Amino acid sequence: MPSNKTDAIDVRNAVKRYGDFTALKRISLTIKDNEFFTLLGPSGCGKTTLLRMIAGFEDVTEGEILLYGDEIEKLPPHQRPVNTVFQNYALFPHMTILDNVAFGLEMRGKSKADARKRAGEMLELVQLSQFAARKPSQLSGGQQQRVALARALAPQPKVLLLDEPLSALDLKLRKAMQLELKHLQRETGITFIFVTHDQEEALTMSDRIAVMSAGEMQQLGTPTEIYEQPRNMFVADFIGETNLLEVSVDQVMNGRATCHLGGGHALTCNSVDGIGEGAKVHMSVRPERLFMSDAPVEAESLKGRVAENIFVGTDISTLVDLAEGPQFIVRTSNSDRGNKRIFEPGSEIFVNMELGAGRLLMD
Amino acid sequence: MAHVNDNIKAYKGFRSITLMCLAVLYAPLLIVTIYSFNASQSITNWEGISLRWYADVFTGPESEKFKVAAFNSFTIAIIAATASTTIATLAATAMVRGGNFKLRTVSFGLISLPLMVPEIVTAVATLIFFNAIGFTRGYMTILVAHIAFCIPFAYLPISARMQGIEDSFEQAAMDLYATKRQAFTKILMPLMAPGIISGFLLAFIVSLDDFIITNFVKGAGVETLPTAIFGSVKQGIKPNIMAISTMLLSVSIVMVTISYFVSKSDNTK
Repeated sequence: MPSNKTDAIDVRNAVKRYGDFTALKRISLTIKDNEFFTLLGPSGCGKTTLLRMIAGFEDVTEGEILLYGDEIEKLPPHQRPVNTVFQNYALFPHMTILDNVAFGLEMRGKSKADARKRAGEMLELVQLSQFAARKPSQLSGGQQQRVALARALAPQPKVLLLDEPLSALDLKLRKAMQLELKHLQRETGITFIFVTHDQEEALTMSDRIAVMSAGEMQQLGTPTEIYEQPRNMFVADFIGETNLLEVSVDQVMNGRATCHLGGGHALTCNSVDGIGEGAKVHMSVRPERLFMSDAPVEAESLKGRVAENIFVGTDISTLVDLAEGPQFIVRTSNSDRGNKRIFEPGSEIFVNMELGAGRLLMD
Repeated sequence: MAHVNDNIKAYKGFRSITLMCLAVLYAPLLIVTIYSFNASQSITNWEGISLRWYADVFTGPESEKFKVAAFNSFTIAIIAATASTTIATLAATAMVRGGNFKLRTVSFGLISLPLMVPEIVTAVATLIFFNAIGFTRGYMTILVAHIAFCIPFAYLPISARMQGIEDSFEQAAMDLYATKRQAFTKILMPLMAPGIISGFLLAFIVSLDDFIITNFVKGAGVETLPTAIFGSVKQGIKPNIMAISTMLLSVSIVMVTISYFVSKSDNTK
């Protein structure tokens, strides 16, 4: 493969082994310039390992990592023009906030005066100028987080690596920081690689997401693609809430697949390349793309009984037991109550699927 | 549940045992200190306050001997504490930051074992060792022995401090373009400083008041303060011994106090 000078990071066949344990199984991915890219997955999926390999804290067992076309996988961390925001921030506790932010600039050979001047500007950017003379322990978690960000951005790295930086913050602060991070990324034009296990966070902030599990990449795509067209069971299950149904494919024609699930219920959805007639696979249907009615509205309406309504603020989740079939979750937005009905538990109802809502999954 | 009185003061004999322990530990020190200011020739009769025995230490018949011994003691203590602290700092860095290398537990045992070996055993062994390699006993043998047995004392506070320092600080430094060396001197060293200082002071005190090993490995005519004091006491206890002991005691108290406050101090606040 020719090296591409315009891609921020190019990971090629990267493998990481610790003794007998393989933490990363041959990962290849390309992160574009100026992209907000997220590595998403449960703990132990290898996302942090990959990030630390890009930063230089972990050796690459096999494969290459390119930064704007240059191989970096053998360089020590201090020779890589990337900076990291650590999960616990790792602010130097014996230095003032200003000195913390100036550290990277000084190590890069800037004079103390220049480094401090630029550090002061960075603190302004994250609105912490008034804390410049304090020590990290005198700041709140959210403030420390912003200092860590300023410190990592100050030397103008080519790529900024963020290792679950928001996980220690409470929900409200986390939401605010998500927006702030996104704005900072746009303002600075620096490529961000963000590691998280929080799928909502990933969907909110990212340009593209790589979903990882067990050392392998499960899917790479935009948040919309990942959410609406999950490739496999893992992605469909991990991202958002979904109904996973075991189905048999009866017929594939004109881009439509006709399937049936237990109890004789029939369902039609878009076909997927590689899944043919007779296949036994899973179908994912997002709960918000189902609605209920007291009479069948189409041939494929599924008969069932309401088991429970759960109020979740903006929505109501309804659990429906299909006659001789699995349990469905149907989500009705509270703003949609004019069009869609909520039924009392025990009601005999029909569950209907929006056109194209079902998605067949590989493996 | 029945009312449980876990107030330790309520136990029978608490007060008497406490007082007895305090008395046994501190009464001798107190008496030596008080009698060092005694005007009398006698070590038991009180004849009023005087500094004559302190003057005697510096100008009396034994003053020359004590001056040389004090010089030996303090130079040995300073050099031994410096050398052992340096070694202990490197050892702690390797032990705490070296990952899970083979024989790690064994290494830790080897470093701290001298604390548990009876000192007389170490003393005899060191003496035999010096004889075996033909090292003539004198100032240097004392110094080498002191450096060796001070290492575990310096090591403990340093490694304790270091264990509390997450390695992400050094990683962050290297991530911010610091070399390994810069990460050590600019980040790790300042964070370890309280541990290093208190390790140094502890080693200094241990060296300063060591008697058994010193007595074995010193050559004829080379004395440190403890061996010189012991030599004098053999010819009968005179009040000047109390004065010199009180002075040594104050040096110890000052060192221990500094060590305490340094280990409490926090350059991160």
